Amino acid sequence: MSESENKWIGKNTIRPDGADKVTGRAAFAADANMPGMIWGKVLRSPHAHAVIKGIDTSKAEALPGVKAVVTATDIIDFPVDTPVPLGIQDMRWMTRNVMAREKALFHGHPIAAVAAMSEAIAAEACKLIEVDYEVLPHAIEIDDALADDAPILHDFIEFDGKPSNIAGTLEHTKGDVEAGFAEADVIIERDFTTRPVHQGYIEPHACLVSVAPDDKTTIWSSSQGQFMVRAMTALLTGIPQSSIRAIPAEIGGGFGGKTIVYLETLATILAKKSGLPVKMVMTREEVMRASGPTSGSKSTVKIGAKKDGTITAAEGFYWLQAGGLPGSPIRGAAGCALAPYDIPNGHTFGYDVVCNRSKVAVYRAPGAPIGAFGVECVLDELAEELGMDPLDLRLKNAAKEGTKAVHGPTYPVMGYAESLEAAKVHDHYKAPLGPNQGRGVASGFWFNAGGESSAQVNITEDGNVVVTTGHPDIGGSRAGIANICAELLGIDYRRVSVLIGDTATVGFSNLTGGSRVLFASSMVVTESTNNVIGTLCELAAKIWDIDPEAVTWENGEARPAGANAGQFPPLTLEELAARANETGGPIGAGSQLNTAGAEGGFGTHICDVEVDQELGIVRVLRYTVLQDVGRAVHPAYVEGQMQGGAVQAIGWALNEEYVYDKDGRVDNPGFLDYRMPVASDMPMIDTYIIEIPNPKHPQGVRGVGEVPLVPGLAAVRNAIYDALGIRFNSLPMSPPVILDARNRKEAAE
Amino acid sequence: MTDTQYVAPQTLDEAVGAFAAGGDDARILAGGTDLLVQMEAGVVSPGVIVDVKQVAELTTIEETADSGFVVGAAVSGAALEEHPRFGEVWPGVLEGFNLIGSTQIQGRASLGGNLCNGSPAADSVPAMVAAGAVATIQGPDGQRELPVEDIPTGPGSTCLAPGEILVSLTFPPRPAGSSDAYLRMIPRTEMDIAVVGVGVSLTIEDGVCTAARVGVGAVAPTVLLVEDAAKALIGSKLDDAALDAAAGACSAACNPIDDKRGTVAYRTKVAGVLLKRTTEIAAERAQGA
Repeated sequence: MSESENKWIGKNTIRPDGADKVTGRAAFAADANMPGMIWGKVLRSPHAHAVIKGIDTSKAEALPGVKAVVTATDIIDFPVDTPVPLGIQDMRWMTRNVMAREKALFHGHPIAAVAAMSEAIAAEACKLIEVDYEVLPHAIEIDDALADDAPILHDFIEFDGKPSNIAGTLEHTKGDVEAGFAEADVIIERDFTTRPVHQGYIEPHACLVSVAPDDKTTIWSSSQGQFMVRAMTALLTGIPQSSIRAIPAEIGGGFGGKTIVYLETLATILAKKSGLPVKMVMTREEVMRASGPTSGSKSTVKIGAKKDGTITAAEGFYWLQAGGLPGSPIRGAAGCALAPYDIPNGHTFGYDVVCNRSKVAVYRAPGAPIGAFGVECVLDELAEELGMDPLDLRLKNAAKEGTKAVHGPTYPVMGYAESLEAAKVHDHYKAPLGPNQGRGVASGFWFNAGGESSAQVNITEDGNVVVTTGHPDIGGSRAGIANICAELLGIDYRRVSVLIGDTATVGFSNLTGGSRVLFASSMVVTESTNNVIGTLCELAAKIWDIDPEAVTWENGEARPAGANAGQFPPLTLEELAARANETGGPIGAGSQLNTAGAEGGFGTHICDVEVDQELGIVRVLRYTVLQDVGRAVHPAYVEGQMQGGAVQAIGWALNEEYVYDKDGRVDNPGFLDYRMPVASDMPMIDTYIIEIPNPKHPQGVRGVGEVPLVPGLAAVRNAIYDALGIRFNSLPMSPPVILDARNRKEAAE
Repeated sequence: MTDTQYVAPQTLDEAVGAFAAGGDDARILAGGTDLLVQMEAGVVSPGVIVDVKQVAELTTIEETADSGFVVGAAVSGAALEEHPRFGEVWPGVLEGFNLIGSTQIQGRASLGGNLCNGSPAADSVPAMVAAGAVATIQGPDGQRELPVEDIPTGPGSTCLAPGEILVSLTFPPRPAGSSDAYLRMIPRTEMDIAVVGVGVSLTIEDGVCTAARVGVGAVAPTVLLVEDAAKALIGSKLDDAALDAAAGACSAACNPIDDKRGTVAYRTKVAGVLLKRTTEIAAERAQGA
């Protein structure tokens, strides 16, 4: 479909959730309340690493007002020797993350939970729980966890035949890297580190759970997947999925961090034990101590090229922190690192390293920014060494249709080179820079995902449309679906209401993640809408007494398909809906698909910074995100995704980090000292949307939301190099780090 | 779990009485921007909260006959900003005060609360120290006055005796050619806590600095009055040599810690940098006035 033919696809329609949000009507998880509701609180480990030798809850249970107490013995165990995969998670680790079982693995790890008549009583009861700990030495940083004498977190994990904190590896190989490096004229190899960073969603985890005496369970919670909540809660409590109704609340940010459960299982068991609805809301401190950031990392990246810039070989080794239980995003790091490039000989290797931090969770393109950071920094240095423009070096080696990526796939048509070409001619790339200013560029890739989605499209009796999908909307999916459905039906988008169903009202839909939602849900909505149009044509055919094939649907009306079909005035959607009762009954269609064809996404970023050389402060002056989005169904939301990803990258690059004390406790568990950017830190992030439609999708959609976090770390770092002449290979590049490096450079000169 | 009693006395005597009667568990509530956060975090659980916002002496701004100011300890940042004259005479004190928190916080936060919270990083305090502001304190045994720099005794503590309430802050009259400024270093652009904060107040006559005071925050257990930095400025034309000497004195006075907000080396260096920049702003204002 070209732009001119579209009435709604590609238009910035008013967002369906806007009125509720700006008037305070939107109901978030913590807004849910029930008569007779009581409050749950979690007792958390005061130690970073300890064996739990015993838990005595008797005093807590005796406290007036306490209605139930849970410990790990109330939660279904999954023995460590048998994997129990659920999506990218493993229930062996999930059961140990929602409640410590054999060991407390990080400071803040849940040990027990209490439900009581008030939050204050629940908190008091937590203090009365007596836990017998055997405190163990802890390992917070990767090098601590990999040291020869490192405390071993899990005695069942072995690597190279020895107990180890390396819980897994992943490798991609293409060609022969040794031979490739032998062909190179220039080889650059550097070591890098990045710090764990939190998703920083504003809304803390929250839920309300009611369990009836027959185990019929209702969960209201903030998550990126009501079906994920249902499945995990079922597995961890033994209540069958058919008895659990998980209702998604409006979500106050997730960025991947709400793709697993923390509180829902505990609240379900507390509600079942007490017979009363149980509400739990994390404090910000609990969010920062015990919910998952993404991994910190160390890496070594080596790239070789010929004098003309042709890359002959590239290699990357990545060690990623998993937190207390296995599962760091090594696939994202090792898989995405070299993905933008056509490299004849490539090798990437990832190590999953457990340590005494909170278990990592998904964070927007998990692992990919870590993978890209080292590669895009080395490319910047390589370009300088070769005397090439950094965009030209990337263009020379850009992957395109037909390129076989190091991580496996052969690419279909896609727009990476277009993002580089657009960057080269963009005003931003040519704008003059002042003193203490610098410019950097970097690129990035994310896989994107398809998978299961379901939808129901119903025509109301008055001829309007209600679409129900199964994905919490974190990036504008409702607006996108409304545009697509209205386009297909040929009606005003305001006549289409898009709702997010709960697990009882819509078919199984995999969680909101992997930049999959608009891709997958628009496929099922398209199929359902087309089926509805087929029904509408049949109804018109019945009214006109002609063959259904002789009816076409145009501009929201059924019309005879040409002169031979007969002369009938068109029948509108309203007219057909009004007569549905006499012609066939309710009009609606559902669709369930396991979608495929979500092709990867590529983007390129340009960043300008200014460095206050006396204070070490880096300010981002100008920032442009250029990305192939396939099809921008709702361009304002697409731009918002591109801007939001870039801002999170800038925060990761400049200031965000957890500060641990010597006892392995987070010393900055709040937004005051965990320094995410504030609005006034940022320039308006410019966007340049490139639309190379995904041929495997009816509207050409590609995932958009994750790619824009990937290039940003290196774009900022390369800009700082341009301003200061100092290459920072560790994040964050905070003021003390910048000032110290600058002073050392000055002293050396 | 204990109940908290809330009282809102109408007069200073009643406030002192209620505060003294409450003993160690009593807390003063001005804007509450520290107290309520501490209560929410479980750091304090007061037996009695004495809300002082009904007491006239704590909530008024008075310009004295000699062009000094007496600012009630509970006057909000928003109220002081709206005063027609205070910001003209003490732009540095006002800008330090107005940096605290967000717009919403500015409707509540007070100079008295910022001072009595005892944080070495309190944004309004270095400029008040530089201004030579004097605190008026009322207690069961009467009234006393103390220079602002003598109030905090360490992080979270002050020299106020049990039952004593900070009533107001008196800013002295200023000769012509005087002004002040406050700068802080934060990694972000707002909503942050000073890693270093520097207040400078000075007087310039015929291009020569004739009087100066320097207050530095977040580099020691309490906000410092750095007399050596002021001495380096006084008598100079604020030339590079004088500024370098003052910056050196400022850095030398630092006794910071390494913590999550900054390192010893960073804070020490930045204190000198900010001293120079703050002095330049104050001098520009003084000469423009």
